[in-house]
Amino acid sequence: MVRTYALLAWTWMRASAQYPVSLALLTLGSLAVNALDILAIWVIFSHTTTLGGFALPEVMFLYGTAGVSFAVADMLFGNVDRLSTHIRSGGFDIMLIRPAAAFLQMAVDRFNVQRFGRITQAAVVLGLALAGLEVPWSRAWMIPVMIVCGVVIFASIFAIAGATQFLLINAPEVANAFTYGGSSLTQYPLTVYGSELVRAVTFVVPLAFVNWQPALLVLGRDDPLGLPHWLRYASPLAAVALATVAMLAWRAGIRRYRSTGS
Amino acid sequence: MSAELRYPAKATSRGRPRNQVAHGPRSRHDGTLVRNPPCAVAPARAPGEAVFQLYARIAWYGFRRYSAYRAAALAGAFTNTVFGILRAYVLIALWQARPGLAGYDVADAVTFCFLTQAFIGPMQLFGGGLGMAERIRSGDAAIDLLRPASLQGWLLADDLGRALYLFLLRSIPPTIVGALLFGLVFPSSAATWAAFAVSMLLGIVVSFGLRYLVDLSACWILDDRGTAQVSLVLSLFFSGMVVPLNIMPGWLGTATNALPWAAMVQVPADVFLGKITVTDALTFQAGWAAVTLALGAVITRAARRKVVIQGG
Repeated sequence: MVRTYALLAWTWMRASAQYPVSLALLTLGSLAVNALDILAIWVIFSHTTTLGGFALPEVMFLYGTAGVSFAVADMLFGNVDRLSTHIRSGGFDIMLIRPAAAFLQMAVDRFNVQRFGRITQAAVVLGLALAGLEVPWSRAWMIPVMIVCGVVIFASIFAIAGATQFLLINAPEVANAFTYGGSSLTQYPLTVYGSELVRAVTFVVPLAFVNWQPALLVLGRDDPLGLPHWLRYASPLAAVALATVAMLAWRAGIRRYRSTGS
Repeated sequence: MSAELRYPAKATSRGRPRNQVAHGPRSRHDGTLVRNPPCAVAPARAPGEAVFQLYARIAWYGFRRYSAYRAAALAGAFTNTVFGILRAYVLIALWQARPGLAGYDVADAVTFCFLTQAFIGPMQLFGGGLGMAERIRSGDAAIDLLRPASLQGWLLADDLGRALYLFLLRSIPPTIVGALLFGLVFPSSAATWAAFAVSMLLGIVVSFGLRYLVDLSACWILDDRGTAQVSLVLSLFFSGMVVPLNIMPGWLGTATNALPWAAMVQVPADVFLGKITVTDALTFQAGWAAVTLALGAVITRAARRKVVIQGG
């Protein structure tokens, strides 16, 4: 499975290298789009010292962890949300008869190299944040755990977003609200958002477990919203639960799939 | 094969191998419209009126074409609303820490945020080409170059029709939700509403002018995704989408407020909020609209000699 994925990814990368000027501009552009988020944080902190009760290194830590998780999930599974395009064109039928899992083919579809840039960029921000924070090892062990859980959570959201397109063939943009919206939401401390929204992303769409809850542990902070203390260890639980939902949703989608016949 | 080779004999026989587009509105009517009944323009009409009718019709078709994708437009409105809410909270946190920053109060900042979301559809802030690059790659551009109207004018009319449709479906819903959830600031006088309407129209024209240049870049590098990506970055950041331009520090603020992208978000939003003199705002936007359209016309002329019709 991993071998098939790597082979297909390599094929897509070679295909995109056929237009070198475009590839270079795409890579630069992708780096720049993501740099905009950092620039926004920089502009905000040029006017204030804390945002929602959190200082710059802490916000950078939240940005970095969410950024790395999202970028890895987006690189590996992000194109699942192009499913509706393939259903409309009839291309999905071809995937179903190939000797590889349809989900795998969708995930690797148009795999592109410029997404490495995004991971690097988020990792640099995370590194800078950690340099400014001096987290003791007794709490730092959570960092790799939360990044892996974050990747699983975002990947599951991508897969669910893909699965809903079996129903919403003509409205794929709805998924962006949850995928890119989730990435955008987790870049800032959840204290800036209203408490109903925080409850929703803790108990309904578990985005709070990507970085917010474990970050409270790493940063050694009390939950400003007064939610139970054990939640900060619950990321793996949330990741497994959401991945299960995603798997069931994708299977249900495939089962009810009818070709457009084109 | 180059464009000229496929060009109808008539153009060359007039000794003007470069074709109609570059010749301005008059020469477009030397009989071409009359010979194409599907345009439904009565030959007896005065040229000015016929031109207006033609472009009005193209705009209407653009509107109709987009109205076939209602679900997609509503999905876009949903996403814009969600992002509006998320970004509003961040701006509220900033303005609570720094009340009165940049002459905005909290309500102004939240209104600004929902306006940026409302502009995404009509102004295509996330790129969204005109489809021309694809047509250049596929060779369909050959047909576009033969149409009885200027390529740029045709696409502009079509884009205005699209913008009107997306304004109705993607600008109004997020604004209503924003007003219900956060209480937005609305202009109090009819004059401000009118100025805002003109300002938005000019913003759409500037957006078209820039996207047209990006699309035509495909004549030179075939795959326009790279230029589209660079254009996306520029338009997101320099328009005021990411953060309001008036809170950018120092020289960055001065520079971004003078660039064409400001005409797409910051200036119309300030007109809406009454934070800018209307004449200054409209002059600034009209200036950039003229510059981008003129540049587009020059590039079209160059592209006609450059374009390679792919396939047949």
